[in-house]
Amino acid sequence: MIASLIGIVFDGLAYGMLLFLISVGLSVTLGLMNFVNLAHGAFGMLGGYLCALAMARWNVPFLVALPLAFVAAALAGLLLERLLFRRFYRRSHLDQVLLTIGLTFMAVAAATFLFGPQQQALRLPEYLSGQFSVLGADHNLYRMFLLAVGVVLTVALTLVVERTRFGAAVRAAVDNPRVAEALGIRVGLVFQIAFATGCGLAGLGGALGVEVLGLDPVFPLKYMVYFLLVVAVGGTSTLKGPLYAALLLGVADVAGKYYIPQVGAFIIYAMMVILLILRPQGLISRS
Amino acid sequence: MSAAARARTWAGRFPWEEGAFWLLLAVGFWLWPKHLALASQVLIAGLFALSYDLILGYAGILSLGHAAYFGLGAYAAGLLAAHGWGEPLSGLLAAGCCAGLAGFLTSFLVVRGQDLTRLMVTTAIGLLLFELANRLSNITGGVDGLSGVEMAPLLGAFRFDIYGRTAYGYCLIVTFVLFLGVRRMVHSPFGWSLRGMRDNPSRMLALGYPVQRRLIALYTVSAAIAGVAGALLAQTTQFVSIDVFSFNRSADVMVMLIVGGAGVLYGGLVGAAVFTLAYHFLSALNPVYWQFWLGAFLIAIVLFGRGGVLGACERLSRHLRERGRAPAAQR
Amino acid sequence: MMPALRTSGLGKHFGGVRAVTGVSLALARGARHAVIGPNGAGKTTLINLLTGMLAPSEGDVYLDEDRVTGLRPDQRVKRGLARTFQINNLFPDLTVMQSMLLAVCEQCGVAIDPWRPVSSCRDEIAAARAVLRLLHLDGAEDTVVRQLPYGDQRLVEIALALACKPRVLLLDEPAAGVPKAGSQALFRAIAGLPDEVTVLFVEHDMDIVFRFAQRITVLVSGAILTEGTPEDIARDPTVKQVYLGGR
Repeated sequence: MIASLIGIVFDGLAYGMLLFLISVGLSVTLGLMNFVNLAHGAFGMLGGYLCALAMARWNVPFLVALPLAFVAAALAGLLLERLLFRRFYRRSHLDQVLLTIGLTFMAVAAATFLFGPQQQALRLPEYLSGQFSVLGADHNLYRMFLLAVGVVLTVALTLVVERTRFGAAVRAAVDNPRVAEALGIRVGLVFQIAFATGCGLAGLGGALGVEVLGLDPVFPLKYMVYFLLVVAVGGTSTLKGPLYAALLLGVADVAGKYYIPQVGAFIIYAMMVILLILRPQGLISRS
Repeated sequence: MSAAARARTWAGRFPWEEGAFWLLLAVGFWLWPKHLALASQVLIAGLFALSYDLILGYAGILSLGHAAYFGLGAYAAGLLAAHGWGEPLSGLLAAGCCAGLAGFLTSFLVVRGQDLTRLMVTTAIGLLLFELANRLSNITGGVDGLSGVEMAPLLGAFRFDIYGRTAYGYCLIVTFVLFLGVRRMVHSPFGWSLRGMRDNPSRMLALGYPVQRRLIALYTVSAAIAGVAGALLAQTTQFVSIDVFSFNRSADVMVMLIVGGAGVLYGGLVGAAVFTLAYHFLSALNPVYWQFWLGAFLIAIVLFGRGGVLGACERLSRHLRERGRAPAAQR
Repeated sequence: MMPALRTSGLGKHFGGVRAVTGVSLALARGARHAVIGPNGAGKTTLINLLTGMLAPSEGDVYLDEDRVTGLRPDQRVKRGLARTFQINNLFPDLTVMQSMLLAVCEQCGVAIDPWRPVSSCRDEIAAARAVLRLLHLDGAEDTVVRQLPYGDQRLVEIALALACKPRVLLLDEPAAGVPKAGSQALFRAIAGLPDEVTVLFVEHDMDIVFRFAQRITVLVSGAILTEGTPEDIARDPTVKQVYLGGR
C-alpha cells in the first residue's frame, strides 16, 4: 500500500516535471512579453518527433537525440519569434490566440501528413528501461531518470535566474520592461534568448515525454489545457509557481487515475476549479 | 472605426439593407431549394456564432470552449426527443434553459479571471464535457451518436420533411427572433455597458458598475443562445454525437466570427456562411489539407484582414464614398 | 457634525514595504481637503485604499460614518464615493457623450435594461449634458475622446466622476500633465464643483493646492507628517525640509 503510494508520488512528480519543463517557456513568454502562445505545445511535439525520428532513421543514441530536440525547438522558436511573433507583442490577446491557434492547426496537420495519426513509438535505450529497487519497492527507471533530469534542469534554471546577470535582466524585464529598457537592458534581446530557451525546453520535454505523455499529431491540442493550467495557476512572475503547480497537477492526475480510475481524468478539472476559487491570482503571487 | 460606431452603422444607418438580408434568406425556399439542409446548417452556425460574438466581440471574454453550451443544448433536445418527448418548441426551450443554467454555473469561474485564465477555464470546460459525454456513451451514444431522435411535427402541422423545408423555415424563424432580441440588447444601455467593460473594466468599476455580475448575466444569455443553436442542430438533423462538444467546434466558431467580423452583430452570420460553404465545397479534400489551410488562413486574417469580411466591406464603402466626394470638392 | 469621509489608522503594506501607515483623516461635508507630499509618499495608494481598489492591511474607511472597508469599488461608488485617475483612464474610442452615458445610465439604474435603445433615454442624455455644461465641455459632446486635447480629457475624467452624483469626490492629481494653457479650464472646473460635495484632492501643483484647499494633509513615506490650514503648512519648517531636501 505504502509502496504503491510512493510509486505513485514518484510517477506523479516525474509527470509533473515534464509538464513544468514544457510549460515554463509559456510562463516566461506570457510574463515577459504578455504574449499568449497557444502553439507552445507544438514545440514540444517538434522535439518529440525529431527525437523519435533521429533514433529510428539515423540511429542517433537517445542521449544525443535529446539535446538535438532542444536545439531544434529553440531554433524553430527563434525563427518564429523573429518572423511572426514579435509583431504581436502589442496586439490584443485575441489576435495572439488567433495567430497561435492557426500555427497549431498547421503544425497538427503537418505532423499528421508527415507521420500519420497514430501514436509515435520510441524505443528507450536498455539502460533506461525496466525497474529498479529503492526503499523496498520497485520503481520505473525511466521515471527516475525523468525526475533526475527535471531536478537538474530546474536547479540550473533557478541558478541562472537568480545568480547570473542574464537572470537578473530577465527578472527586471518581467517586473517593469520600460524601466529595464531605460536602465540599458535590451529587453528585446533578453526576450529572444529567454523565448528560445523556453521553446528548447519544451522540445526537450516533448522528447523526454514520448514515453510518458505519448506523442501523436494532436499533442499540442491534447495537452494545451494542462500547460495553460500550470501557467494560470502557477503565475508568471516566478519559477517556483509553475513548478509547484505542475508537480501538484502531475501527482493529482496520476493518483486520481490510479485510485479512482472511473473519474480519474476529471481530477485535474476539479483541481483547477478548487485552485481558482482559493487563489484566483495564482499559487505563488507577488504583491 | 470603433466597434460602437460600426454597430451603429450596420444596425442603425442602413435598416433597409438588414431587411433585404432577411428577406433574401426567407426567399431561400425558392432560391436554393436543393440546398435547404446546407442553408439550415449555415443558420445554426450563424446563431452559434452570434452567441459567441456576445461574449467575445462585445464583452471581450476569450473563450475556447463555447461548444460546451452548444453541445449541452443539442443533447438536451436530442435526449428529450429520443426518450419520447418530440415536440420541437418545448424541446428548444428546455435546451436553452439547460445550457443557460450551465452557463450561469460556470460563469463564476470565467468572468473573474484574466485572459489566460479564461482561455484555460473555457478550454477545460469544453474538454470536460466532451470527456463526460464520451464516458457516458450508454446515455449519449458516444462517438456513434444518439439514435432514435424523432421529432413531432412543428406546431402540430409541419412535419420535418426530407427536403429540409420545415427545418429551414424553423431555423430561419428561430434565428431571426433571437437575432432581433440580441440586436435590441446590443443597442440598450446594457449592451453599451458591455463595450465599456471590454475596453476598460477598471474604469467601469470606478463608475459603479458591478462588472462581474453583469458579465455573469451576459455569459448566461450567451450560453442559452448557444444551447438553442445546438438544439436546432439536434432537431433538424435528428442526430447528435459527442463531437458537438469538441474543441474543433469551439475553435471553428472563433474562426467564423473573426472571418465575418467581431462585435458588429452580423459578423457571426456572415462568417458562418463563408466558413460553412467553404467547408462544404472543400470537404472533398483531405481533412488534413483543410486543417492546414484553415490554420494558414487564420494567420493571414490576423496579419492582414482587420475586422473580417464586414470590416473590409466597411473600409471599401468608406473608400468609395471618399472617392465620390473628392471629384466634387475639386469642382 | 458627522464627517463625510473618515479613516482611522488606515495602513497598507506589501511584504516589507509599508506604503501607507496609520493614516487618520476626517473630512467635513463640503470640505476642500488637499493631500500633498513628495513622490512615493503613498498618495495614490491612499486613494486606492479609499476607493476599495486595494484592501487595507489595517484600519477602516467610513463614508458618512458607515463602515465601507470591506466593500468593492463599485459598491462604494453607489454609496457616493467617486474618483478620478491620475493618468487618464477613459474610453478612448467612445465619444464624450457615450462615455458620460455609461456613467449616467448606471447612476440612474438604467444600465441593466437590455431592451430600451439608448437613443430613447432622454432623461439620461439630459443629465449627461448638464454635467458637461458645468465643465464647459458641451461643445465636445460628439468628439471621440482619443481626439480631445489632453487638458479636455482631464476634464472628462472629472465629468465622469461627477456623473456618479458623488457626495465625496477624490481627485488624483487633476492637473497632472495639463499644460499651463489648459489649467484655466481646470481651475474653473474645480471652483465650480458643487458646494455640498466633499472634495479630497491629491496634488503636486501648489497653485491649485493653495487656491482651493481649506485644509492640507502632508503625507511623507506613507504616514501623516502634519495637517493644517494652508497658512500653517506654508509656514511649517518641517514641510519645507521635506520638499527641499534633507530629513
